[in-house]
Amino acid sequence: MLEFIQQMINGLSLGAIYALIALGYTMVYGIIKLINFAHGDIMMVGAFVGFFSLTLFGTNIIVAMVAAMLICAILGVLIEKVAYRPLRNSTRIAALITAIGVSLFLEYITIFLLGPSQRVFPESAFPIKAYNVAGLSILNKDVFVIVSAVVLMLILQYIIKWTKTGKAMRAVSLDQEAAVLMGISVDKTISITFAIGSALAAAAGVMYGVYYSTVNPLTGIIPGLKAFVAAVLGGIGIIPGAMAGGFIMGLLETMVSGYGNSLYRDAVAFGVLILILLIKPTGLFGKDTGEKV
Amino acid sequence: MKKNSRKKLAALVMMVFMLTIVAGCGGSKGDTEKINVGINVELSGGVASYGTNARDGAILAIEQINAAGGVLGMQLNPIEKDCKSIVDEAMSVSASLVGEKIVAQIGPLTSGDVAGSTPVMMDNKIPLIAPAATASNVTVDDKTGATREYIFRVCFIDPFQGTLMAQFAADNLKAKNAVIYGDSSSDYAKGLKEYFKKTFTEKGGTIIAEEGFVKDDRDFRAALTKIKGLNPDFIYVPGYYQEVAPLIKQARELGITAPIGGGDGWDSPDMVSVAGGAALNNTFFTNHYSSQDKDPKIVKFVEAYKAKYKKDPDAFAALGYDSVQLMAQGLKDAQAADPVKLAAALAKIKDFEGITGKMSIDDKHNPIKAGVIIEFKDGAQVMNTRIQP
Repeated sequence: MLEFIQQMINGLSLGAIYALIALGYTMVYGIIKLINFAHGDIMMVGAFVGFFSLTLFGTNIIVAMVAAMLICAILGVLIEKVAYRPLRNSTRIAALITAIGVSLFLEYITIFLLGPSQRVFPESAFPIKAYNVAGLSILNKDVFVIVSAVVLMLILQYIIKWTKTGKAMRAVSLDQEAAVLMGISVDKTISITFAIGSALAAAAGVMYGVYYSTVNPLTGIIPGLKAFVAAVLGGIGIIPGAMAGGFIMGLLETMVSGYGNSLYRDAVAFGVLILILLIKPTGLFGKDTGEKV
Repeated sequence: MKKNSRKKLAALVMMVFMLTIVAGCGGSKGDTEKINVGINVELSGGVASYGTNARDGAILAIEQINAAGGVLGMQLNPIEKDCKSIVDEAMSVSASLVGEKIVAQIGPLTSGDVAGSTPVMMDNKIPLIAPAATASNVTVDDKTGATREYIFRVCFIDPFQGTLMAQFAADNLKAKNAVIYGDSSSDYAKGLKEYFKKTFTEKGGTIIAEEGFVKDDRDFRAALTKIKGLNPDFIYVPGYYQEVAPLIKQARELGITAPIGGGDGWDSPDMVSVAGGAALNNTFFTNHYSSQDKDPKIVKFVEAYKAKYKKDPDAFAALGYDSVQLMAQGLKDAQAADPVKLAAALAKIKDFEGITGKMSIDDKHNPIKAGVIIEFKDGAQVMNTRIQP
């Protein structure tokens, strides 16, 4: 039982990171129906910004996270303006290929600028404390990751449900042309979506860096892919779905390693993607709308 | 006037032509005074620290040999290229080195990259000396069982590292129950695992669980939590430092105190900076040599390396150094700067005194030599013991 609770904690903190990244995927998809494959790499850039803020400027972890979120928000908006906006009315496959191009661009420009080797987050940036509660080992970084993920998700829910911007985002997601007729600036709304999505990825990047101590220019690929699976699992385009999908992925991976065999972990994770696409392509939270005539 | 200028032009053309011939002669004469040595190593990418250090060791050896008058009265001329820790790149770098008329190639470091380079070297009949490629199929063709005529190495092979750590765990640490948690995406780690398993069970121990991770994994807590519940005496973690360092850190965070062991893929300064000195206590890895060895030959090498590079030579530096020295010995034995004769001479080397131990090349082109167990103590690598096969 004790081991099971420990595995739950392991799964939740891993899931929190996946969920944060998955949110960005889902938000962008919900609005412009684009799978932004560069999203995992924005997370990597966020981790690097956090790293340099901690090491070069000696800031604390919260400041590092805010800095990473700000810079990546700007980066996200820029990427949308330069790479995706000119293609908004072209085929979806063209935009998808551009997204892969942006992803490779971010990876290799980082290698060019910073070199390919990994950087190590300083131990002092986030001193690890272990709390032993009834034989369980709970680390302060587990608490940090889960709490900050939950707080960020609550803020996101607030923005989307209760603010004017959020209302605009929902409107654009529902019907772009009708939104324009209602006097909503579609360009501005899409920019804001990219800013928020990228900021969440950056926050996840800093958490990832602190949690696993290292960052390298290709760090974003695997978590990005896993988060993509999480977003599809929950139903791509649906925000609560991405959160649930992230946590389910984290728990699933942990339980497969913990009670099955660690060698099958990725096979199960990506097997789930295939199953979902076969059985319920709209995801766990998706509704089958059918074709409208 | 016109006719005259034509004559002049003809004379000019003749002159240029003759000059070219003279220059050509000079060029080829220059070539015979130098022996080109290809250095094809990983200077960037995943295992950049291995390649960089091996290059530094090799260059030091070349400088020392040249300062002492060279080999066969000729100077060694290193031609250095980066294979970026990519298998395909190792192959194309070799192809470009072959074009530079090298007598032998030093590197690459990992077994996978050497496998990439192998076909090019075999086709062109030029010896490849691998400093640290420890997979058993590097020098031997898996399908036919035949030894690859032009592929050599100065390190011991994977089976030996696994066997060595199993010997150490069973005899020195008195371990009875072991768990293997290794990189399942690399040939290197798989080789270590197989032979660890074999020797450990032969010595009466039991492997109570086998787990695996893949390259670029950063989260190991699920499997580690399971391993903690099994309460093993020893955990064997064959893999590379990028994954092993966070793995050990997470193991200690979860309260696993058992000794952890691995192979020379652990040998990187990043181990300490990622995992921290305290977490690394009670962990051990097999290696080719220790810079703390009091052997006068090693002390002299360490001093020269430190003077040149302002850092301690690790095993890769020592193996890079030995690779060049072994090649020089081969050239002397062959009495010619010819790749084919060099390969024949290398295959016959006996009792060559290297920094990483006395070695003889066996019929599978593997050196027969001893290895050491290195222990991490508060973030420092300390030589624990030397184990003879």
